[in-house]
Amino acid sequence: MADGAEPDTAAPDTAAQSSGTDVVLSLRSIAKTYLAGDVEVAALRDVDVEVSRGEYVSILGPSGSGKSTLLNVLGLLDRPTAGSYVFEGMEVTDLDEQERTAVRGRRIGFVFQAFHLLSHRTVEDNVALSMLYTGVGTAERLRRAKQALESVGLAHRSSFLPTQLSGGERQRVAIARAIVTDPAVLLADEPTGNLDSVTSESILALFDDLRRRGLTIVMITHDAHVAARADRAVHIRDGRLTELPPAAIAAPARASARGQR
Amino acid sequence: MKGTTLSWRDLVSEAVSGLASRPTRTLLTVAGTVLGIAALVATLGLAQTASNRIVGTFSELEATSVVVTNEGGNGGAGDTRAAFPEDHEDRLSRLNGVNAVGALGEINIEGATVSTVALDDPAGQDAHHLSVIAASPGLLAAVQGTMGAGRWFDAGHETRADNVVVLGPGAANRLGVFRVDQQPVVFIGKAPFVVIGVLDDVARQASMLDAVIMPEGTARRSFDYTSADTVQIDVLVGAGELIAEQAPISLNPNAPETFSSRTAPSPESMRNRVQSDTNALFLVLGAVSLVVGTIGIANVTLVSVLERVGEIGLRRAVGARPRHVATQFLLESTTMGLAGGVIGATIGILIVVGVSAFQQWTPVLSPLIPVGAPLLGVVTGLVAGVYPALRAASLEPVDALRAGT
Repeated sequence: MADGAEPDTAAPDTAAQSSGTDVVLSLRSIAKTYLAGDVEVAALRDVDVEVSRGEYVSILGPSGSGKSTLLNVLGLLDRPTAGSYVFEGMEVTDLDEQERTAVRGRRIGFVFQAFHLLSHRTVEDNVALSMLYTGVGTAERLRRAKQALESVGLAHRSSFLPTQLSGGERQRVAIARAIVTDPAVLLADEPTGNLDSVTSESILALFDDLRRRGLTIVMITHDAHVAARADRAVHIRDGRLTELPPAAIAAPARASARGQR
Repeated sequence: MKGTTLSWRDLVSEAVSGLASRPTRTLLTVAGTVLGIAALVATLGLAQTASNRIVGTFSELEATSVVVTNEGGNGGAGDTRAAFPEDHEDRLSRLNGVNAVGALGEINIEGATVSTVALDDPAGQDAHHLSVIAASPGLLAAVQGTMGAGRWFDAGHETRADNVVVLGPGAANRLGVFRVDQQPVVFIGKAPFVVIGVLDDVARQASMLDAVIMPEGTARRSFDYTSADTVQIDVLVGAGELIAEQAPISLNPNAPETFSSRTAPSPESMRNRVQSDTNALFLVLGAVSLVVGTIGIANVTLVSVLERVGEIGLRRAVGARPRHVATQFLLESTTMGLAGGVIGATIGILIVVGVSAFQQWTPVLSPLIPVGAPLLGVVTGLVAGVYPALRAASLEPVDALRAGT
C-alpha cells in the first residue's frame, strides 16, 4: 500500500470530477500482489474500470484469473497493493480499517456463491443482520427486512430457517440481505455458482429486476451466459481487465436476456 | 461517513443467540463450570457450617477448665515423677483469672476392697472394688461439684488428716449409703472412715462419681500417697490459655516442664484451626475447578470461533468492526461463566442445606458466597474468552469469508 499511496492521493478528486457523480466506483491502475512463500504473485495488474450508477457490469474470467481478488478490492474486503480506488467520489484506498468497515457496511451489498447465511437464525434475522451494525433500531430492522424479503418474493418464508429453504431461496435471502441497506452497489460473487440452471435463471431474473429498479450491480462469473445478462461485460485474465465488445458475449444468452426484459 | 456501531442490547441478543444455536454444547460447557463452582460453594458452605457447629458446641465449662498433671505419677516410693508442692492451691489461686483450684490423685490401696461392714465376708457380697481418690479441699469448687448429702471436707480435715471420706454418687449407691446424718462408716480394707458427704454431681473429673474420696492429708497418713497427679483449675472465661501457660511456672519456676497443662482451645483458635484445614481444601478445589472451568470454556469458545469463521467474515462484511466481533465472543464466554456460576452456586447451596438437614446442623453460609460465586463464574468466562475473542477479531474478512465457505 505504501508504495502507491502518495502519488495517488490527488487522484480521487480528479477521478470524481472527470467522471461526474454518476460514477459509483472507479479503479485506476490497481495492482494487487501476494507473497506465496518467497514468490510474489500478481493477482491484479494495472486494472482500470469504472462503473456508473445503475449499471449492471459482469466481470468474466476463468478460475484463478483474479476476479475474486478484484471483487474483494471493490468490496473493501481487501486492500490493493497500488493504485487508486474512488468510491462514490471518495478516495477509499487509504481509509483506515474503521472507515473502510463503515463504507462497506452502509454502502456495499454482498451476495456470495456460498450464501453465507446463519443457519440457526431465521430468514428475517439473516436479512436484518445487514443493519445490525448501522445503528438501525430492532423494529425498523425487522420492518425493512420484511420489505426486502417481499421484493425478492420470500415474504412467506420470513420465519423459516435457511436449512428449510431450497438453494434458490437461500440465494434470494442473501440478495435480500444485500439490498436491505439500500447500498450504492451490489457485489455478487458467482451468485449462481451453486445453483442448477432453472434456479440460476430465476436468480438472474431477479438481478435483471433489481437492475431495472436502478441498483448498481457488479457480478463476477466464469459463465459467459451469466455474464451476457449484464449491460456490460469485462474480461479478466491473469489479473488484467479487457472490455468485451457486445458482440463477443454469447449471442443466444444475450438474446434470451433481452427477451425477458 | 458515520462509523458502524453495535448497541449493548443487540450485542447481548447476538451473544445469547450464538449460545442458543448450539444448546447441547453450551450446556455441556456450562456443566464444567457448574461442577467447579458447586464444589467451591459446597466446600466453603460445609466448612463454615462445620466450623460453626464446633464453635456452637464449645461450652463455657470447657473454656474455663485448665488441667495440670505431673505426667500421671503419684509420687510414691521410687517414683521419680515430680510431686505437686503442698501449697499448690495457694500458688495457683494467686494467678489472676483463677476461680478455684483443687488437686486429686489416685490412691494405691493395694487391692483392698471397700465395704460398710468390718466383718470378713467370704462371699464378698458387701466388699466392693472401688476407686479411692485423694482430693484437696478446693477440688469441689474446681470441678463445679454439688453435694447430694452432707458436706465436702475442708482444710481442717486435711490438716488433721481426719479419717473422713466423701462418696461419689455411684460409689454411694453401690455401698448403700444414702444418708450421712447418722455418720455411716465405710471400711477401706480394715480401716474405717466416716462418710461426711455424698456428691450429687461434678462437671469435671467424672472419675470422682464412682470413687471414695478422702483428704490428701488422710491419704498420706493412711496409704502410700505422696502427691496428687492432677490439679484441676477453674478459671474465668477467656483466661484458660493464659493460666495453662502460667500454671507450670507457678508450680515450679525452675522446671516448669515438669508439669503439663491443657485447656480447651479458645473459640477463635478453634475456628482458625478448622478454617485453616478447610482453607487448604478450598484452595485446592478452587484452583482445580477454576482451571477446569476456564479451560473448558476457552476450548469451546475457540472451537466455536473456528467453526464460525464464515459467520465472522459475513459480520465483518456487513459492517462489524473487530471489536464488535471480539466483544460478542467475549460476551458469549462470559455468559457461559455467569450461567455456570449461578447454577453452580445454587447447587452448592442446596448441597450445604441438604447435608445440614440430614445431619441436623444449622447451615451457615457467608452472604458473600451467593454473590461471589456468580462473579467468579463471570471472571472465569471472561478470562477464558480473551484468547478466542482476540483470534476472532484478528481474522481478516476476506480470509474469513474464503475459509468459511
